[in-house]
Amino acid sequence: MAQPAPLLATRGLTKDYPGVCALDAVDFDLRAGEVHVLFGENGAGKSTLISMLSGANTPSAGHIERDGKTVAFNSVHDARAHGVSAVFQEFSLIPQMTVEENLFLGAEHCKGVFLDRADMRREADRILSELAFDLQPGRSVQHLSRAEQQMVEIAKAFRSDLSVLILDEPTASLTDHETDQLFRLIKGLTARGVGIIYITHRMAEIRRIGDRITVLRDGKYIATLDVDEADEDRLVELMTGREVGAIFPEINFDPAGPDVLRLEGVTTVDGRVLEVSMSVGKGEILGLAGLVGSGKSEAMQAAFGALKVGSGQVVYQERDVTGHSPGAAIRDGFLYLPADRHDEGLLMMRPVRENMALASLDVPPFKRGIFLNRAGERRIVKDLAERLNLSPNLPERAVDHFSGGNQQKAMLARSLTRHVDLVVFDEPTVGVDVGTRQAIYRFIIDLAKAGTAVVIVSSDLPEILNLTNRAYVFYRGRIQAELTGEDLTEENVLANFFEKEIA
Amino acid sequence: MMAEASTKRTSAPGDWLKLLFVRLGILPFLLVIAIVVFSLMSDNFLTGRNLMNVLRQSVYLTIVALGQMLALLTGGFDLSVGTILALSSVVGAMVMASIYGALPEAVFLAISLGFLAGVAAGSMIGVANAVGVAFFNVSPFMMSLGMASVGFGIALYLTGGVPVYGMPVEFGDIFGFGSIFGLPTPVWVALLLIVLLWVLLYQTPYGRYFYAVGGNAKAARLSGINVRGTLFATYVLCAALAATAGMLLTARLDTGEANIGASMPLESIAACVIAGVSLRGGIGRLENVVLGALFIGLVQNGMNLARIESYLQTVVLGALLILAVIADQIRLRYVASLKD
Repeated sequence: MAQPAPLLATRGLTKDYPGVCALDAVDFDLRAGEVHVLFGENGAGKSTLISMLSGANTPSAGHIERDGKTVAFNSVHDARAHGVSAVFQEFSLIPQMTVEENLFLGAEHCKGVFLDRADMRREADRILSELAFDLQPGRSVQHLSRAEQQMVEIAKAFRSDLSVLILDEPTASLTDHETDQLFRLIKGLTARGVGIIYITHRMAEIRRIGDRITVLRDGKYIATLDVDEADEDRLVELMTGREVGAIFPEINFDPAGPDVLRLEGVTTVDGRVLEVSMSVGKGEILGLAGLVGSGKSEAMQAAFGALKVGSGQVVYQERDVTGHSPGAAIRDGFLYLPADRHDEGLLMMRPVRENMALASLDVPPFKRGIFLNRAGERRIVKDLAERLNLSPNLPERAVDHFSGGNQQKAMLARSLTRHVDLVVFDEPTVGVDVGTRQAIYRFIIDLAKAGTAVVIVSSDLPEILNLTNRAYVFYRGRIQAELTGEDLTEENVLANFFEKEIA
Repeated sequence: MMAEASTKRTSAPGDWLKLLFVRLGILPFLLVIAIVVFSLMSDNFLTGRNLMNVLRQSVYLTIVALGQMLALLTGGFDLSVGTILALSSVVGAMVMASIYGALPEAVFLAISLGFLAGVAAGSMIGVANAVGVAFFNVSPFMMSLGMASVGFGIALYLTGGVPVYGMPVEFGDIFGFGSIFGLPTPVWVALLLIVLLWVLLYQTPYGRYFYAVGGNAKAARLSGINVRGTLFATYVLCAALAATAGMLLTARLDTGEANIGASMPLESIAACVIAGVSLRGGIGRLENVVLGALFIGLVQNGMNLARIESYLQTVVLGALLILAVIADQIRLRYVASLKD
């Protein structure tokens, strides 16, 4: 029996930008009913490939085949008409509009020249119930959680007949529970013959839902393998082109020194943190686990002065600093590096150099007298760029033009630009490839070895389990459990992710 | 093979222009076009004397554009710069005239106090803008639009719409028509302000903060930068610069006028945008803004020489502004396509 033509395929697909070849003659095919994972470092060409498959971009050479026939996608609309829809990391939703209005944006149902609201409501209800999404069509998108917004984004793909769904790191901001829900949905889709192209850096996800994996490196096709024959070492080797050791380094946990930061019954004005008491010691790596919105990040923001504290005390180096400003915190050697580098961390249009130096312009060697010491700044930034392996090593280039992993390096480098006694890393490896993740972990461990107190706020459980020896688990603004040493296991952490009574 | 093909493509002349455009923006292209067109239209255009004229006439806009640039850098803008010019002119002239009237001997006291009073009066508009934007989160558009009306009203109220006379002649002689080492005094003042602002922007941490606040206010705050303080300084500095331009123009006109500066908001924003200052904040170089202001002066001068009617000149200016914004968008698209 002859193989049926693939659902979607590329032949010699190439994308040139002036001076760079982002994608170099890639052959790729997607079968009906499979989850095909695209794997590669940041900047390997995954995003370029899916942008062309979804019609957001047009190839410089090569072509796309749909069910064996050559097609040209000149716009996202074109691709959608061929049953190909993509959900990107950055959502294309209008926050002020309702779920329903977003669902039908650009394809409104009309009676004559007037909107047919009743028909759209029926259709919205049909799509949402078919997908088993618990969403009210009348709710405004800005009040939805990120996971719910993603559901809307996926539901949009179901307006018309869907054969190919492209998902770009869909779980990056989802909680485990929401991830489960997404995976159930994916299973349901593949059973109906929908082909799914799935981009992820997470090995566990590949094993759970993947069928085949295609590895890209530097814009080139490297290999396609079945999930069964792909183990982590092999994938990382294919991805980086070299052998890489274990992702998590071995750590000898030394006993923590005296407390650097203590929270005593801290409750924030907005009620997202409730009576939190915790501490972190010198040289310790402390973990904060919990679902998105459980208050783990917010507790640290409150300590840092970025969120208003209503009651309770923040004690830093045995001084009551409750209500200090982020500026004062930084001057005292307490640095918080936010989770969303795009939104809260970086000046995207400014060079890496300025972004690295941003938090330390008030101290030598960045400043001499009242003036900037530009030579000092360049020297430090050059050292940091080398030490963190900034790639490409062009600190004068705007951060915007670097891959996610390298953007993250530019932000994390701030912790090395001045003397710090406490650094909070909020989701330090979101959207970062495996190679860079390794580098970031090593960087964090070195920092702790040098005596800095480190707090890792993370939704990625392995990160907490492997890097820390003590962790607090947050649930609905409160600390649900403190787990140390032997007790710090996946089961114990997960058991505390939800209400105690239920667990 | 592939690499060869792509290098061949980038070395085409069109791509070089594209790269130049992405690097430098629209201004160098416009400058070249303007110089070529106007030298063809008038023989007097490319003469030393005329170019000195352009320099002298562009001083006021240049100084205002410096301030406007700060507002744009932080992601806002200041529509009240014209009013600030008018208010400082009126108040400065009134104070100067009344001191001079009371103490005809104390010419320099009158000039310096009057100058200071004018700058202070203009700066107060800036303080109001600053309080609104930095502490009450009023959008810079609404705040400065409102203050433009307030300031204009005050200036008209103070003068009853009549020009203010009676300033010492020395004021005009020095700050309006005087020159030092062959360069007009106002040009020296502008040069001094450019150097001071350059030092502030590029040699001190505070300058970096303007860029940071406009680049990403949240990130700036989490990096320990005083965002409110920076915004406050932005609008006060912008107003102080506009007020200084107002006093220099008063010296040139020899009267305090409530009706000057009406075209300043548009022209100063145009000078900045043509020079590549981003309307989204965080991007822009001082040197380019100075060039941008000179470019607008050059175009106005060239159109005068070519005897283009002044009404039509306004049309050209508006069109140039829009062209610059469109060019900026196209440039962003090129930059984005270079990104991956």
